Amino acid sequence: MNISEKILAKSSKKVKVEPGEIVEAEIDYVMLNDVTGLPAFEVFDTFGVQPIKEKVVLIPDHYVPAKDVASAAQAKAMREFANKYSIKNYFEVGNSGICHQLMIEKGFAAPGRLIIGADSHTCSYGALGSFSTGVGSTEAASAMALGKLWFRVPETQKFIVNGSLDNYVMGKDVILNIIGDIGVDGALYKSMEFHGTALKSMPLSDRITIANMAIEAGGKAGVFSPDDTVFNYLDGRVKGDYNPIYADKDAEYIDTFEYQAGDLVPTVAKPFLPENISPASELDNLTIDQAYLGSCTNGRIEDLRLAAGILSGRKIHNNVRMIVVPASKEVFNQAIKEGLVKTFLDSNAFVSGPTCGACLGGYMGVLAKGERCISSTNRNFVGRMGHQESEVYLANPAVVAASAVKGRITDPNEIL
Amino acid sequence: MKKNSKIKNIVGTVWKFGSNIDTDQIIPAEYLTTGNPIELGKHAFEKSRPGFVKDVKVGDILVAEDNFGCGSSREHAPRALLGIGISCVVARSFARIFFRNAINIGLPIVECNLRVNEADKINIDLIKGTITNLNDNNTFNFKPLPNFLLELLNFDGLVGYTKRRLNRVDI
Repeated sequence: MNISEKILAKSSKKVKVEPGEIVEAEIDYVMLNDVTGLPAFEVFDTFGVQPIKEKVVLIPDHYVPAKDVASAAQAKAMREFANKYSIKNYFEVGNSGICHQLMIEKGFAAPGRLIIGADSHTCSYGALGSFSTGVGSTEAASAMALGKLWFRVPETQKFIVNGSLDNYVMGKDVILNIIGDIGVDGALYKSMEFHGTALKSMPLSDRITIANMAIEAGGKAGVFSPDDTVFNYLDGRVKGDYNPIYADKDAEYIDTFEYQAGDLVPTVAKPFLPENISPASELDNLTIDQAYLGSCTNGRIEDLRLAAGILSGRKIHNNVRMIVVPASKEVFNQAIKEGLVKTFLDSNAFVSGPTCGACLGGYMGVLAKGERCISSTNRNFVGRMGHQESEVYLANPAVVAASAVKGRITDPNEIL
Repeated sequence: MKKNSKIKNIVGTVWKFGSNIDTDQIIPAEYLTTGNPIELGKHAFEKSRPGFVKDVKVGDILVAEDNFGCGSSREHAPRALLGIGISCVVARSFARIFFRNAINIGLPIVECNLRVNEADKINIDLIKGTITNLNDNNTFNFKPLPNFLLELLNFDGLVGYTKRRLNRVDI
């Protein structure tokens, strides 16, 4: 069996599972955010039972601090739900961050675990060897009550990336190129399992970016084999014990795709689908109005470090507003400690506390009609960050920073 | 299947959609401040297909191409469709979270490569796996949902199923 099959088999107390089979599996955690939480709480309250408290994690992050009265009510509902059922794992604004970053930082995500979250980017924790996947509010409610959920065992595709990445080529470029190849439904219903020497030597941060965007290919999960990079990260962080799970030698995959890391260049996904990729260097005639660095995809300290390295001693272009959103309080604190926040401020970037905010066109960086944004986020659908006639170009943090300086889409290798 | 099965033939009028209809198009993020299907329904396809809500009728059927419901995990999307009375969504393929959400809230969905015209009337048999175009009598086959998922639809989705589980009702 491959990693996904082994985790689903273990969690449904079966010796073996096969793709297509529907199993009911014991989940380790169910996470909810402020947008998907309220509908789940309303459903849950009709069950008339106590939740399985220790499995529930509540993280307001989409529209907090509240953007308006209605979002304030959603955040309030989450706090009240946490209080009503004495749920310990509730993270208040100020002690929090973007849900997926927090699930990883706070040690909920770990190898071999089965985690669901009422947010599509829950697939991020596959970077640590979890099988994690996004669910809806109703099923999150059901899982809070039963501690279990139904799963269709997915077929699995194997992606092998060997070699080493060039300067300013990151996990983001790996996953954008994969999505460019297989399309936004290329992994529909499937699990994506990632292997290869390039990924083995890649920081956890970049692996998280890759797993995070499995959903943008339609994937159910994006899973890595856990290694020392993961174990070291989890040391002193992880909640409870965990058991790393690896694919069997005779594991089956419905497809195998191979890449040479050295072939990849800084890549940009053009509107209006993440599969719409071009080398950044070929888009250098496109001026930008906004540069956005943040999100569950690329708002980690490694991302901020790289961007700050490019911005250091430079100024953001006059016609650009750059918005930097560290993915969590821990990232923010570390960025202050390392002087990165000062670098951002000195270059005239705007820095805010963690929120999903602008990534989904909520607030804190919504685009006007006709505006163009280079963004380290994950989706560039029509109207994703604002007006229906605004445009989002997805790229890695280095491309975002270089573009902010130049005022147009820029391959960082051009200025460094 | 239970005797009082709610799953019966679905007859309705077709609204056609293309590929990669994402959840932002179905229900824009700015309306994610309620989970109420009726309220959400008022804004269904508001930006991507203005006027749709005004013209759609209870019982109508959406027929799309590939990857319907891609993007965010928002259950608000199928809820909005339930809210305006959509009786079934037929697509060549669905994004997986939308697929789950629809089943879990009791919105029937069918994976079928259906060739029909806008405003045709069709009859969907979820058990047999057939769709008949009542305008020209062309019939299309699809693989019916696995029994467990048909059962979920039958219990009004996962809510009814979970309540039965919690009450230890034999299912």
